[in-house]
Amino acid sequence: MHHAKIEGVDHRLSEEHEALRKSVESFAREVVAPQAEQADRSGEFPYDVIRQMGEMGLFGLPLPEQYGGMGGDFLALCLAIEELARIDSSVAITLEAAVGLGSMPVYRFGSEEQKQQWLPALCRGERLAAFGLTEPGGGSDAGNPRTRAVLDGDEWVINGTKAFITNSGTDITNLVTVLCRTGERADGRPELTSIMVPVPRDGFVASPKYDKVGWHASDTRELSFTDCRVPADNVLGARGRGYAQFLSTLDEGRVAIAALAVGLAQGCVDESVRYAKEREAFGNQIGKYQAVAFRIADMQTRAYVARCAYRDAASRMLAGEPFKREAAIAKLYSSTIAVDNARDATQVFGGYGFMNECAVARHWRDAKILEIGEGTSEIQRMLISRDLGL
Amino acid sequence: MNIVVCVKQVPDTWAEKRLSDSDKTVDREGVEGVMNELDEYAVEEALRIKEAGGDGTVTVLTMGPDKAVETIRKALSMGADQAVHVVDDALHGSDALATSNALAKALGTIEYDLVILGVESTDARMSVIPAMLAERTGAAQLTFARKVEVSGTTVKIERQTDTGYDVVEASTPAIVSVVEKINEPRYPSFKGIMAAKKKPLTTLTIADAGVDGGSVGLAGSGTEVAEFAARPPKQAGQIVKDEGDGGAKLAEFLASQKLV
Repeated sequence: MHHAKIEGVDHRLSEEHEALRKSVESFAREVVAPQAEQADRSGEFPYDVIRQMGEMGLFGLPLPEQYGGMGGDFLALCLAIEELARIDSSVAITLEAAVGLGSMPVYRFGSEEQKQQWLPALCRGERLAAFGLTEPGGGSDAGNPRTRAVLDGDEWVINGTKAFITNSGTDITNLVTVLCRTGERADGRPELTSIMVPVPRDGFVASPKYDKVGWHASDTRELSFTDCRVPADNVLGARGRGYAQFLSTLDEGRVAIAALAVGLAQGCVDESVRYAKEREAFGNQIGKYQAVAFRIADMQTRAYVARCAYRDAASRMLAGEPFKREAAIAKLYSSTIAVDNARDATQVFGGYGFMNECAVARHWRDAKILEIGEGTSEIQRMLISRDLGL
Repeated sequence: MNIVVCVKQVPDTWAEKRLSDSDKTVDREGVEGVMNELDEYAVEEALRIKEAGGDGTVTVLTMGPDKAVETIRKALSMGADQAVHVVDDALHGSDALATSNALAKALGTIEYDLVILGVESTDARMSVIPAMLAERTGAAQLTFARKVEVSGTTVKIERQTDTGYDVVEASTPAIVSVVEKINEPRYPSFKGIMAAKKKPLTTLTIADAGVDGGSVGLAGSGTEVAEFAARPPKQAGQIVKDEGDGGAKLAEFLASQKLV
């Protein structure tokens, strides 16, 4: 039902955002859920689901119509990610990485020509773009990559290795933007530049998918570049702007990952409530026992508070206000409670919760990475404490 | 080709449905309303016919309280062009006969070649509105379609039957009711949701539609819910002990329930 927005304090959704949320909720329940367990087991990339998400316009949600997007905003993307993650984190992270890390940097920092060339097919979900930031020895120390690009005539020659790169090796991946060291700055720090590598390409190899604890159906690979040559004008934005671009991309990404974590946390509540009404023990539904009911009440409370946090960060972002601290808080809190809720949901399910076929077991395996990816919880605490002047 | 899709807002499929104690009509207040699922297939089929033909408009027609505008919005966000909403307190409690009367009158305000709708609604499940609309408008009746082909002014359907299907054909105007086999309804995109806000929505009272107040609502209905009772709780199952004739006993049971 529509409601009057209360200016300044109201993070409830607009009618249009709520309609989108419902649309994705139905899609997740009807299309994503039936394949989630099988995809988790086989680790196969869910091409058919991705195609249908593309037809729904999910990959173009925050992008303008002139590039094939839906003309929505970042909150719309977050809502889609949240609803998908209630059911299946692999599908949700595929969308998050494709848009947040693949398309958005092209849209934000690319030339008009680059945008026209790449964005329409990415918005349709027919193609996926990836971003290569992390390196095998890098992790949180992301500002100091070893991957090098050297200008040779009118071409960049790229050498190095990137690790944990989402969507980088699917059949429909056609672009990997790579953060490269392109020289030294006057202050002695490395000059970092984002370079767009159309793939497949000579000198570019995507290794077989990692054997991960969770997110089985998402495509995550190590990438190696060996004398990989791309045209000089494949620089995204300006030379030397790579790290600054990345920092702003990561702030947004934290809000999106927070939305994903909230989705997972809520999915744990959904499953637990259903099971607690169904399963009987000692002559009663287990939900009638406070040991179970109160645990689920706590889970719902955490999911709700985390949702408020990410939506507050998103609303600041959309208003053009600083949101770095709020993004870090939302990311830190929601990933923490996602792990808590997954652990508690598994407890509600008892032995069944330890079976891989059980959705909450999948949530449990999918949750841990949320405290690591897109900035570890330690990095978020560092950002928050620095912002407090510590 | 101009197409009207009749849609209905019904209580959420998964919600517990109740009849109100005062007038024995469906309680629509306490539950979330959704578009009748079969009507989603009707909207999808109308959009596909329009997209294949390349011209014409798809108009959504609904009868229901103010809240039913949510269902109209959904149809518009899927891609329908405009909507007509018949809303009037006098309509409350209308049975199929009275509803078909009001819808037929409302159809008179719209130009159409085809009317498409789901074969039944999940709340009342009468399944008679398509036939009644055909009778009242004089349009051809093409019901239980699992496939629709339009060629010029000819509409050919595959009518789902218990054993297979019949091929039935008629000239426009025609009333087509569809079963869920017919297609996979699309999910509204954000662009569709944003566009839906700006699409024309006409609201008609019964007077606007030319409906006589005495012919609709509880008073204008030909049927009346005399009384109702909750479904009795599930009985304990019957245990068949296998004494060498277990298979035969199971087959007997299934046959007695008309399941085989």
